[in-house]
Amino acid sequence: MIHRYWMPALVGCGVLGTAAVAMAAQQSEAERGAYLARAGDCVACHTAPEGKPFAGGLKIESPFGTIVSTNITPDPEAGIGDYSRDEFAAALREGKRADGANLYPAMPYPSYAKLTDDDIDALYAYFMQGVEPVAEKAPESDVSFPFNQRWGISLWNWMFTDADTFAPTSGQSEQVARGAYLVQGLGHCGSCHTPRGVLFQEKALDDSDDAYLTGETLEGWWAPNLRGGGGDDNGGRGLQNWSADDIVAYLATGRNDHSAVTGEMTSVVANSTLHLGDEDLHAMAAYLKSLPRAADGDKKTGSETTPEQTEKMLTAADVEGKPGARLYLDNCNACHFANGQGAPQVFPSLVDNELVNADDPTGLVHVILAGARLPSTPGKPEALAMPDFGWRLSDEEAAQLAAFVRGAWGNHGGKVTADQVAEVRKALPEDRQSSKPDFVD
Amino acid sequence: MAKTNPHVDVVLIGLGWTNSIMGMEMTDEGLSVLALERGPDQDTVPDFAYPKMADELTYGVRYQLMQRPAKNTLTVRHGVRDLAVPYRSLGSFLPGNGVGGAGTHWNGHTWRPQPQELRLKSYVEETFGADTIPEEMAIQDFGVSYDELEPHFDFFEKVAGIAGKAGNLNGEIQEGGNPFEGWRSDEYPMPPMKRTLNDTLFRDMATEQGLHPFPMPAANASEAYTNPYGMQLAPCNYCGFCERYGCLNYSKSSPQTCVLGALKQRKNFAYRANCEVMKVNLASDGKTATGVSYIDENGDEVIQPADLVIMGAYSLHNVHLLLLSGIGKPYDPISGEGVVGKNYAYQMNGGATLYFKDKEFNPFIGAGANAEVLNDFGVEQIDFGQAGFIGGSYFSAAMTNGQPIRNMPLPKGAPSWGAQWKQAVQETYGHTMTIGSHGSNMSYRDCYLDLDPTYTDDHGRPLMRMTFNWKDNDVRMTQFMKQKIDILSKALKPDDYKLSFKDFNSQYDVRPYQTTHNVGGAIMGTDPTSSVLNRYLQTWDVHNVFVMGASAFPQNIQYNPTGLVGGLTYWAAKAIREQYLPNPGPLVQA
Repeated sequence: MIHRYWMPALVGCGVLGTAAVAMAAQQSEAERGAYLARAGDCVACHTAPEGKPFAGGLKIESPFGTIVSTNITPDPEAGIGDYSRDEFAAALREGKRADGANLYPAMPYPSYAKLTDDDIDALYAYFMQGVEPVAEKAPESDVSFPFNQRWGISLWNWMFTDADTFAPTSGQSEQVARGAYLVQGLGHCGSCHTPRGVLFQEKALDDSDDAYLTGETLEGWWAPNLRGGGGDDNGGRGLQNWSADDIVAYLATGRNDHSAVTGEMTSVVANSTLHLGDEDLHAMAAYLKSLPRAADGDKKTGSETTPEQTEKMLTAADVEGKPGARLYLDNCNACHFANGQGAPQVFPSLVDNELVNADDPTGLVHVILAGARLPSTPGKPEALAMPDFGWRLSDEEAAQLAAFVRGAWGNHGGKVTADQVAEVRKALPEDRQSSKPDFVD
Repeated sequence: MAKTNPHVDVVLIGLGWTNSIMGMEMTDEGLSVLALERGPDQDTVPDFAYPKMADELTYGVRYQLMQRPAKNTLTVRHGVRDLAVPYRSLGSFLPGNGVGGAGTHWNGHTWRPQPQELRLKSYVEETFGADTIPEEMAIQDFGVSYDELEPHFDFFEKVAGIAGKAGNLNGEIQEGGNPFEGWRSDEYPMPPMKRTLNDTLFRDMATEQGLHPFPMPAANASEAYTNPYGMQLAPCNYCGFCERYGCLNYSKSSPQTCVLGALKQRKNFAYRANCEVMKVNLASDGKTATGVSYIDENGDEVIQPADLVIMGAYSLHNVHLLLLSGIGKPYDPISGEGVVGKNYAYQMNGGATLYFKDKEFNPFIGAGANAEVLNDFGVEQIDFGQAGFIGGSYFSAAMTNGQPIRNMPLPKGAPSWGAQWKQAVQETYGHTMTIGSHGSNMSYRDCYLDLDPTYTDDHGRPLMRMTFNWKDNDVRMTQFMKQKIDILSKALKPDDYKLSFKDFNSQYDVRPYQTTHNVGGAIMGTDPTSSVLNRYLQTWDVHNVFVMGASAFPQNIQYNPTGLVGGLTYWAAKAIREQYLPNPGPLVQA
């Protein structure tokens, strides 16, 4: 007897009566909520490594101490099972716990404030009915005085948050408005991509301010400026001139013709954006493309090389006295090639690459030392990986290599020191995968 | 006491090319599928990662990716009266080990057979008369036609991402391709690889000779490529570490680069590495399989119940498992009865090495399937009656690598050690190219596989025994090719050249590497008295056991087997999905 996996599901559908139809409508509300929870990437923070989904326990390091994410499963004791719909809405939009205490703003409620009532309803339905309850409380956050005084956050909230739900700007197309809603609200892209002020507040929560989504460095990783430039007549050339399709491919598969995802964004693609529908991804891309951008052409002229010069030098292996270039040939050239452009959808281009040219080289150095792996996505299932080179390169060598890449092919990143590499190396997790051959040492 | 696992719909034995494909096809049907792989799990990163893979000593000489003879091997003898002894040191052929199987360490030559090769016996009888076939020769038809397989060849080429140039598109001959090939419904998914000096020299010379050179169909990507499963290949950088290595660059088609990422996403698929199947378990009537028994990674015996068993181990292991499981009647060369183990065949190869004082070939710029080839002396081109043999060959001028330990061709008379050897290496390195002949090998009544009466493996099971030697027909074929290659070599005007072909004194020697194209033993055909499998690769005797791979070939084709193996797998999968699953039972009535 050969069984088919979907058989039980079909049998289940066969017994729907009148009462069950109402349940099915409820179900679809919960299903819509499940999709919105993906858009909000709730699972990424509210799940510990190897932990049960939404049971919390992920440690988030902050300048104030370790914030531990909470259990948001519908268990009435350990989770949020006894939250009313309005208490749930207040947590999402205002950062208020059911007992009235303030949530730490690691929870992106300043962004979720934009959520519509309909979407709150759907999310509530999902978290109450679609999530498996877990009867285990997450550990408490370990935050030092005075930041453990949660009442203090009220003042912060008063200064930096805005209770208004999303409203489209006049003249915005329906697509751009949908994209704006997703980017500003559930997507909470600004949490990483908008510069923060002295009190760690996002300088802007939407595009009414020019600082919105202009990029920020987080633990050394550059979260790039996402403002696309708003058309051809603008001086800015945001997102490396990616087309809307390039942005969609990046969000859906972690890769496009130019680049590939690294760092924190890898988890965002894996847990959130790859689950979004094509229409929503196109809306987000259209919105990002529409944002005007200040001219940044001057950065380009900061380079001492041109793409042609570097390619010619590497092709001729004219690397005498250029240790960084020599290291590039020996370690990188096999995949990224002498023109630095890699191959579309497979190997990211290093030319004009945001990670390569970031002010802080931490991200680039991290990738050189530890490698990187793309998420396996439905559209592009291959978890393409770059091996780690940290076992093979000294701090000095990695610094020379990173500095070379940051200055080659017209790139305009700055210098890199061995001390900077040593810092990054020290922070690497010890249990990471390595391609180091067994016989070395 | 063996533990029993929960039931699955399909158990796959081995996880190389064929069962990666079967995994996709069976999970498409919504079935629960479990693959059991004897060797370790492995992936491009970290297992084949740059730069550790570019290590000739570890992988090219010490065979790190191959099965260990101390764990599992077979015995070999030349004739039925000889004593077989174990193949203790890898040489002649190199069965792979681990997830991806031999599909990780191949060169990537990806051919379709000639239409005539799939019905060789009928073709010879119809064209040259039945008496052309020598008494001891055991050739048969595959039982499936080229036209039936064409869509499956085409799809496999798209999955594997083959770089090449079509020579026959729907019957229209195309310039630059192989004009003698069977018809193709579509062009190759990628253009041919870049040409190296040996390619252009050979192409120009062959064209002048009135022959028809074309680029080798290559499973080495010539550009970035996404296959129908969304899997991706990167452009080959011609590093020359293909055969015996996993590709460090995502450029060589393999189960890892072409299938497994997509398969692992499916919730109804699971696989276990380091799990060696001991035998297929049969129901008490012996007519159906109930699953398999295997030894897991802890050395414990496990029973895995399943409704459908698909063997996709290496060809030799498929035959071994059939013999150990009691599926099908073992072949007896004396009486000629029985089928399992029958028609083991290999590959008849030869070649020339040409030395040019003034030419720099830069052999370190190479790839496994970088070659210019010609098919003018193929099976379908030769008048067997006149030539005095049955068979054919393709010629290739290949530049696969410039690895320093094994790729140091030296001129005649050069010493093999000392200062003069060093000098010869210095003078010769990079100045040689080769012309190879890759030829068919017919099957014979006394070339076969059975269980060894003396030797056992580390689980106490009898080893398999290979009885094989070269036969005059095939030596005549390769001697014919030698004459042709001698002419072509001279035409290239080298400063020196040497020919290496088997002659009538040649005995099969397991020591030097020849090829890992071991075929037959679980052959497909039209009749249960002369084949193990029907035309859908289903065993005649146990209807829920299917056997993939080159063990199904009733004799060896003139080409590398992977293209035909891939096409046959999709053909069998279609039959399982469309005919077997709705109505399980024999797909061909005996």
